[in-house]
Amino acid sequence: MSILILADHDNGQLAAATLNTVTAATQIGGDIHVLVAGDASGDVAKDAAAIAGVSKVLTAEADAMAHGIAENIAPLIQSMASGYSHLMAPATTTGKNIMPRVAALLDVMQVSDIIKVESADTFQRPIYAGNAIATVTSSESVKVVTVRSTAFEAAAAEGGSASIEAVDSGSDSGLSSYVKSELSSSERPELTSAPIVISGGRGMQDGSNFAMLEKVADKLGAAVGASRAAVDAGFVPNDYQVGQTGKVVAPDLYVAVGISGAIQHLAGMKDSKVIVAINKDEEAPIFQVADFGLVADLFDAVPELEGKLG
Amino acid sequence: MKVLVPVKRVIDYNVKVRVKADNSGVELANVKMAMNPFDEIAVEEALRLKEAGGADEVVAVSIGPTQNQETIRTALAMGADRGIHIEAPHEVEPLAVAKLLKAVVEREEPGLVFVGKQAIDDDCNQTGQMLAALLGWAQGTFVSGIEIKGDSATVVREVDGGLEHLEVKMPAVVTVDLRLNEPRYASLPNIMKAKKKPLDSMSADELGVDVTPRLAITRVEEPPAREAGIKVSDVGELVDKLKNEAKVI
Repeated sequence: MSILILADHDNGQLAAATLNTVTAATQIGGDIHVLVAGDASGDVAKDAAAIAGVSKVLTAEADAMAHGIAENIAPLIQSMASGYSHLMAPATTTGKNIMPRVAALLDVMQVSDIIKVESADTFQRPIYAGNAIATVTSSESVKVVTVRSTAFEAAAAEGGSASIEAVDSGSDSGLSSYVKSELSSSERPELTSAPIVISGGRGMQDGSNFAMLEKVADKLGAAVGASRAAVDAGFVPNDYQVGQTGKVVAPDLYVAVGISGAIQHLAGMKDSKVIVAINKDEEAPIFQVADFGLVADLFDAVPELEGKLG
Repeated sequence: MKVLVPVKRVIDYNVKVRVKADNSGVELANVKMAMNPFDEIAVEEALRLKEAGGADEVVAVSIGPTQNQETIRTALAMGADRGIHIEAPHEVEPLAVAKLLKAVVEREEPGLVFVGKQAIDDDCNQTGQMLAALLGWAQGTFVSGIEIKGDSATVVREVDGGLEHLEVKMPAVVTVDLRLNEPRYASLPNIMKAKKKPLDSMSADELGVDVTPRLAITRVEEPPAREAGIKVSDVGELVDKLKNEAKVI
């Protein structure tokens, strides 16, 4: 058996979720190869080669590969598929965009967003926003699988010494072209891999009030997230959203501030190790999943919390 | 230009799903069903495009048992012009759905397919990408903004790092995200009118597509429940618990 993992990266840095995907692949077993499709992404290839458990890194360098365009990358993966038992990617927006296109080109059904490897062909995955867990067996000749990164430990980023090999870099389908990105820049840790996350909901009332959460986040080394309600209200950008259709996080500590706890939000954070809820409505459903609940006005409690963290 | 909008019938998002006692799936009997919320956004976007003069017909298509016609009627009540029902078992996998939709696209020749980025039942997030692959079309996924200019469209995608703008060649498959629009409610007169709108029915067999599942779901279970926590009386107690009991700060 051998497994090909599509690395998620921005040409400069390997996305952390790739490491979790390597761990899932290790649990399946077999030779693990990582595909770095990009442009001037040599540093990413070096980082991928250093991941413990990876035996080979394949690089496809071209303009057409630079921006994760599914119409260009999917045929490349399709052309490489023979000889692999599994094609995997982290269930990031890049993986979710590209892998179903690969699966359809190969005429196989994908298994999305796995949270557990039971065997080489059987996986667990959440359905209904994580309110049920399905065990799924695939008898497809090649298994196309995306991996929920929070469900697997990260593989060691150092210690591997994989060979790096260039492959045919594919071609431009001419269907889609990259225009520009509007990326949030933040000095804080990345939401999906931060050890502590503090999120705000509709109760924050205004985007400017997120500054209170940022002060707490800076003292804790935390990332800042938000509920869908807060994003829909325009308080913060979309990349803050934690939930069924946003980001899934599972930090050591999750602090939910002014978040009622809709099912779709819980789907994105209920695997956190410790959950704190601060809400003035003591009936809020968030308290049903919180280890520590504080019924209080967040506009009093959050500044006080910041003060007590010294 | 014609716009095709696939709509899925799912358990209403307000309903708390229950796993069946024999772990074979979730309970669907006597449960309120509704259109997948992401597909409602897709219908709305197609209607707005038509209202702005960018499309001349909106066709809603749904795959599943006879009851799926209700979901199509919902789309028609919102303002879609015509419906197509493909009779099939309840659980058709995304790959087979994509093949059925491809067959419909070949008959109808739409210039654009708007579809929800994922269904809130199986949470697969595959159908739109698979359809685009089978058609050899461009795909714009997780889209929160779209502007059509001649034979291409600029889409704004919600990605992990923020937003990404792509130019996609038409015809294209566009999978829609939450913030693209806020779907309208169907008014009572429009619900009445929808009953008279044309709705064709055909079977998966007639379209020559094998819908036999490729994956076997061997067990469905409840996720492990979280143990109920405690309420703390003030911020001081909270900080103390986090430092000394949970040891997370």
